Amino acid sequence: MVVIAQAPERNLIQLIDGHGRAVNEARLPSGDLMLAMYRKMLLGRRFDEQATILARQRRLAVYAASRGQEACQVGAAMALQAEDWLFPTYRDSVAIFARGVDPVEVLSYTRGFWHTGYDPYATRVAPQCSPLATHIPHAVGLAYAARLKGDALAVIVLLGDGATSEGDAHEAFNFAGVFQAPVVFFIQNNGYAISVPVSRQTHATSLSERARGYGMDGHTVDGNDITAVHAVLATALAAARQGQGPSVVEAITYRIEPHTNTDDASRYRSDEEVESWRRLDPVKRLETYLRSAGLLNDGLHDELMVEVEALAGEVRERMQQEPSLDPAELFEHVYASPTPPLLRQRAQLLDELRATGH
Amino acid sequence: MTMAGALNAALRDALREDPNVLVFGEDVGPLGGVFRITDGLTAEFGADRCFDTPLAEAGIVGTAVGMAMYGFRPVVELQFDAFAYPALEQIISHVAKMRNRTRGRVGLPMVIRVPYGGGIGSVEHHSESSEAYYVHTPGLKVVTPGTVEDAYALLRAAIDDPDPVVFFEPKRQYWSKAEVELQRGSSHDIGQARILRDGGTATVIAYGPTVATALEAADAAQAEGWQLEVVDLRTLSPLDTETLVSSVRRTGRAVVVHEAPISGGYGAELVAAIQRDCFYYLHAPVVRVTGFDIPYPPARMEHYYLPSVDRILAAVAESLADETQ
Repeated sequence: MVVIAQAPERNLIQLIDGHGRAVNEARLPSGDLMLAMYRKMLLGRRFDEQATILARQRRLAVYAASRGQEACQVGAAMALQAEDWLFPTYRDSVAIFARGVDPVEVLSYTRGFWHTGYDPYATRVAPQCSPLATHIPHAVGLAYAARLKGDALAVIVLLGDGATSEGDAHEAFNFAGVFQAPVVFFIQNNGYAISVPVSRQTHATSLSERARGYGMDGHTVDGNDITAVHAVLATALAAARQGQGPSVVEAITYRIEPHTNTDDASRYRSDEEVESWRRLDPVKRLETYLRSAGLLNDGLHDELMVEVEALAGEVRERMQQEPSLDPAELFEHVYASPTPPLLRQRAQLLDELRATGH
Repeated sequence: MTMAGALNAALRDALREDPNVLVFGEDVGPLGGVFRITDGLTAEFGADRCFDTPLAEAGIVGTAVGMAMYGFRPVVELQFDAFAYPALEQIISHVAKMRNRTRGRVGLPMVIRVPYGGGIGSVEHHSESSEAYYVHTPGLKVVTPGTVEDAYALLRAAIDDPDPVVFFEPKRQYWSKAEVELQRGSSHDIGQARILRDGGTATVIAYGPTVATALEAADAAQAEGWQLEVVDLRTLSPLDTETLVSSVRRTGRAVVVHEAPISGGYGAELVAAIQRDCFYYLHAPVVRVTGFDIPYPPARMEHYYLPSVDRILAAVAESLADETQ
């Protein structure tokens, strides 16, 4: 029996249990969809590992890994339809990648060349947000805007357990309820906000039960079971699209890695605790099920691993290439067109560079 | 026509001309706003175009960000200067930076209306001049009308602007009247100051609520034989240095007026611009007439704090002191 850091007795929505056994066979998605989930989790995990290494090599300023949370990251991305929007945080690089955004463009965020590397309109992914919870009202506003324009789309906004303590999260929940915005608040409860455990964020027994206070439905799902995460989010998104309003989905999961590559998680949690969660690994869990159901064999697995390594190689290689930087561009995107003070300051910088032979 | 009426007309005309313009905030719906600036808009345009929100300023601005991302042009009201502070994080970290964060891909055409300034005999947190916080934030445009005519024209310009505009309304002037024709035009572009009164003795630089005080001072100054030139900045960011500098070069003397506390205030920025570009034209040090470095005073003592006609005249006299020596 594994020891779970958070109350293990809670009633989690689950389709495949921690041993990889189907709990509710009838509700499982098709074999093809489960294989697609497995493939994306493998790719996502390898991308995440590669990004962590790049951060260690100082090719990224920092990287917030999401290993152990692949069921949430990939499950959320795959629950979205093409016209839907995703509002991610700094820890959701794998979700953005799983949504189909170019991996090197995703990494621009901490690479230091420009804050957001991808086009939010082309990808329907908002910029990754560093301040906690401030992107949540943006998601509500966009969702409500789509509803006002008569567009049947829905929005997933990702947040962590820590972010639920921020005022902006509360305000966003409340606005969404009042305006019946088609948005799903997906809380990845991974146990810690950097070092602070969930017990310091709330005295409530779950984060999803907060939904009731805003007139929304709330569900808690096993965050390491991608089939459950995907099913619950897809249902919530469909309801939102159909005008049935917003909802909260809390996923119980665990951040296997430290907060970022600069954090020392041993200062606030035990190896035993981390180990207990490794045994609940979301990728391994689905793999166990797929093998037992005859949907996955060594041959197919090896094929997937070739693709996974090719991705890592491509990311490594492309990250070696240094894009050219234009210091004049610093003044380009402050306003739609540079103001007179910015034109003067740009000239000053360019003169300075010319004078020093740059 | 009052300034409140001009602002209401600007919102009404913008709502009529552009289906993407939305007005929302606290009490802006059926009530028409606590200052009645949105009076009648919900009745005319419906509750999808002008609506009340929950009482949460960060939520109002944050929601507006998402709506602007999706193609609307939100015009939000934050009820009072000091009640806008809960929205500062949204404004500084997102409203101002979204275009930059996305390398120019996502602009936020939105207007944040803030009734500001004192002189209305109100209770604490209702009379502050918070412009410096916003001016210090790259990515925002900061506009404040000093006249009825500009209230209409500048609000229309702000709503049309592709960038976020913090629009400070001098609430003390809401009921000031003027015979004006409401119109728009290039002379009302954002980023343009305006010389409201020509004069050669000294330049008085004012904005928002102190424009009326500066004009009054110019009238009173005639008794002393002084012809004061009054510059209404209209836009605080980006600053129209050209108009400012050309005036001060002509007069050689400058008095800067604002209600906000003196230290770190916007006046310091003006003085810096003047000393850099007018140093060799100045006959005297630039003088600031501002609030004191104290929290905004209780209503019965605010007259000690606010820039007055007498204080502006005393500053002009100080600037002219070299002539009398």
